[in-house]
Amino acid sequence: MDALLATLDIRDAADAVDALRAANTRKTPFAIVGAGSKKRLGRHAPLQQHISTRALTGVTLYEPEELVLSARSGTPLREIEELLDAHNQQLAFEPMDYAPLLGGATRSATIGGAIAVNASGPRRIKAGAARDHLLGFHCVTGRGEVVKSGGRVMKNVTGYDLSKLVCGSYGTLALLTEVTLKVLPKAETEQTLLVLGLDEAQSLAQLRRASGSPHEVSSFAMLPAGAAPLGLDANAALLRIEGPEISVSTRREALIAQLGDTGARFETLPQNESGALWAALRDVTPLAAHSGQIWRLSVAPTDGLAVLDELRNAGAPIIAYYYDWAGGLVWLCLEPAGDAHAGTIRTAVDACGGHATLIRASDDIRARVDVFHPQPAPLAALTKRVKESFDPAHILERGRMREAF
Amino acid sequence: MTLAMPAPEPEILARRDELIERLRAILPTQNLIMDETARRAYECDAFTMYRALPLVVALPETVAQVSAVLALAAEMNVKIVPRGSGTSLSGGSMPLEDGILLGMSKFNRILEIDYENRCARVQPGVQNLAISKAVESRGFYYAPDPSSQIACSIGGNVAENAGGVHCLKYGLTTNNILGLEVVLMGGEIIRLGGKHLDSEAYDLLGLMTGSEGLLGVVTEVTVRILQKPAVARGLLVGFSSVEAGARFVGAVIARGIIPGGMEMMDKATIHAVERFQPCGYPLDAEAIVIVELDGAQAEVDHLVGLVETIARDEGATTTKVSKSEAERLQFWAGRKNAFPAVSCIKPDYLCMDGTIPRARLPEVLAGMDEIAKREGLQVANVFHAGDGNLHPLILYDASIEGEMERAEKVGFDILRLCVAVGGVLTGEHGVGVEKRDLMGEMFNETDLDQQLRVKCAFDSLNRLNPGKVFPTLHRCAEFGMMHVSGGKTPFPDLPRF
Repeated sequence: MDALLATLDIRDAADAVDALRAANTRKTPFAIVGAGSKKRLGRHAPLQQHISTRALTGVTLYEPEELVLSARSGTPLREIEELLDAHNQQLAFEPMDYAPLLGGATRSATIGGAIAVNASGPRRIKAGAARDHLLGFHCVTGRGEVVKSGGRVMKNVTGYDLSKLVCGSYGTLALLTEVTLKVLPKAETEQTLLVLGLDEAQSLAQLRRASGSPHEVSSFAMLPAGAAPLGLDANAALLRIEGPEISVSTRREALIAQLGDTGARFETLPQNESGALWAALRDVTPLAAHSGQIWRLSVAPTDGLAVLDELRNAGAPIIAYYYDWAGGLVWLCLEPAGDAHAGTIRTAVDACGGHATLIRASDDIRARVDVFHPQPAPLAALTKRVKESFDPAHILERGRMREAF
Repeated sequence: MTLAMPAPEPEILARRDELIERLRAILPTQNLIMDETARRAYECDAFTMYRALPLVVALPETVAQVSAVLALAAEMNVKIVPRGSGTSLSGGSMPLEDGILLGMSKFNRILEIDYENRCARVQPGVQNLAISKAVESRGFYYAPDPSSQIACSIGGNVAENAGGVHCLKYGLTTNNILGLEVVLMGGEIIRLGGKHLDSEAYDLLGLMTGSEGLLGVVTEVTVRILQKPAVARGLLVGFSSVEAGARFVGAVIARGIIPGGMEMMDKATIHAVERFQPCGYPLDAEAIVIVELDGAQAEVDHLVGLVETIARDEGATTTKVSKSEAERLQFWAGRKNAFPAVSCIKPDYLCMDGTIPRARLPEVLAGMDEIAKREGLQVANVFHAGDGNLHPLILYDASIEGEMERAEKVGFDILRLCVAVGGVLTGEHGVGVEKRDLMGEMFNETDLDQQLRVKCAFDSLNRLNPGKVFPTLHRCAEFGMMHVSGGKTPFPDLPRF
């Protein structure tokens, strides 16, 4: 066998069945690759054999009135988004593009990859994550069996919701061959209200106030002074307001009236600038240009600042950061260290609850440091049993999520 | 009565005294229900066609007690059925004659309301509506609103992934849950998620939601709470055909509008409702659609105008827009009373629950009518039109010999039709006992085997709520999921049916 890399382009599920059955016999693992935009995401555990979904493309069903779309897993996300856009619809979960952070061609990612990592953007807090929009799927499990789950309708509780399991499983359970998604209308227009000039704690408090208001803000971020892409001279709390024109402007005024007691000043980004800003925050461009190790922390909104303060107190060398999800998602870039500061970061996160994922670090470090948050023993044991229910011989993406499988 | 439950295992029945003795060491005597008369209160849930007297009812009050009861059940190889308020319409919490019924009703406290993080931590026995009531003074609510929300418990909602009128816009239970504490069959306590978004690693939080009590027992739930929309207005739109009503629903969505609720009723239901409690529905309409638009005042006013125009374009015979909160609630009053109202037509009904692609609605309604007529029965329809979730009510009279069995057959045929047009067996009531034997309509054996393997990862002896959801009771060893020693599986007498 080729000592370097063997890549198998599958044409359909039957090809995947053949490959995975053979792999089970030989006990040789496979990595799954679409466009390759996430190959540096997850634990570094290089595998010799790859299954590529690049030939497994095409939208197989799209019924705009039913809000449903199915596509083969190798279909570029870009194609799906363009098709939806032509019908004034969208993937409301705004899958992030990892290319700016991890290298590779931007906008090259596939829908299968987006689902496999549960990619979600700033609208997560209102519209949900990828996992909330996956209605059903077809796959080939690590056993080499063709399995389907879910359906194509909005309400379905028939059997276990395996869609949730495959979303965010990084290909460790099954190779997705086709996914069916709930799609939603695009908002008629959007604006972003900038709340400027407050300190960090006050800015985050304004995000939480807005998130507890009836004004249906769809995204809540906080960008420190000087941070790309805005490069403002003050901290900025950012509130995205989407909907019909008349509604957007009245809600913006209502928010200004509600938040105006803090001495902040307000600015508004019109539609195009607002769209560009949230696309940049979705793809983590505020950190991308900095060299350094990048972490993604998911905590309760009130804990984001506390965790960051804890890290500052512990002397963590923070290069850049920003908050999304009303303070509950912290993107961090730190000076490189041999342990990627994993101990310090996880101690701070564990003190309040949540999880931290190492997103960007060298292969060597991602092989040594837990990329995903360590789990208590009973949960780790259960996780392994769930993995083995799909893939008993650890054929798919061995080592990608946990050293144990 | 066509659904067989696994035959009670004589060796478990024989050990009832020992089981009770050991439960006494875990729970105070008043938390154990042993005498037959008291156990009768638990013999069924809201799926009343099937009943069984539980071996014993255990009512734990602490997580430690739940853990100890589950560990004991695992050790003694006794089946265990979790139950919340018992409002399952599919028999999800129907007891087993050789099983412990684990009632979670004493877990009835709201532990924490955290407005800043827009969530609440509650025990599983808390009623759905009680969460909204607890936070309404601050303008918040909990979005999923099953029709039984005044009675059903949040733990049961998690088990069934309950829905309701608001689901099209605000999602199901699974989209509104942030965290769970779960006790596994061996007694291990795990926490999934929390106040943060997205469960880490494998989304076991999402898997647990809708797993019908087969994977673990929920002892705490962290739910999202939302700020109530500024205003809500309703439209009541009548059509001269079901097809026109269905086209209207599609046109609203195609225009990019996602209403807070969009419900449809057919003529039989409209007339039953008007006889039961008149609320001004047009009696000449073949179908009515109630649309609720919620959000900022300016947006709602704008959208009401758009929806009115769409209704006109689609040939509505009547269009009323609510001018007051009282009028909006009156539009809903008939919908909320639809189920009791149809009892005026016939004493009994079976409420089915399939979801279909919305565009197939006219042909499915016609097909349902045909199926019912074949058995000499009638179907009344009320459904969540926005998301295609149908609730045909099959009317029958249990006092007439054979009519219940015919109603059951009609229900099965209707669900088969739903699947045949690309839909599913259940949109919100769960598979439970009711639709268990129809799972093969949607899934092939390999699909079902994979789901059973997931079950085995949680409960390798199949002791937690067996006989529900899956038509055959496999041994985990058959899937290579259990350690087999010397060719002998543990408990070789595990029943199959």
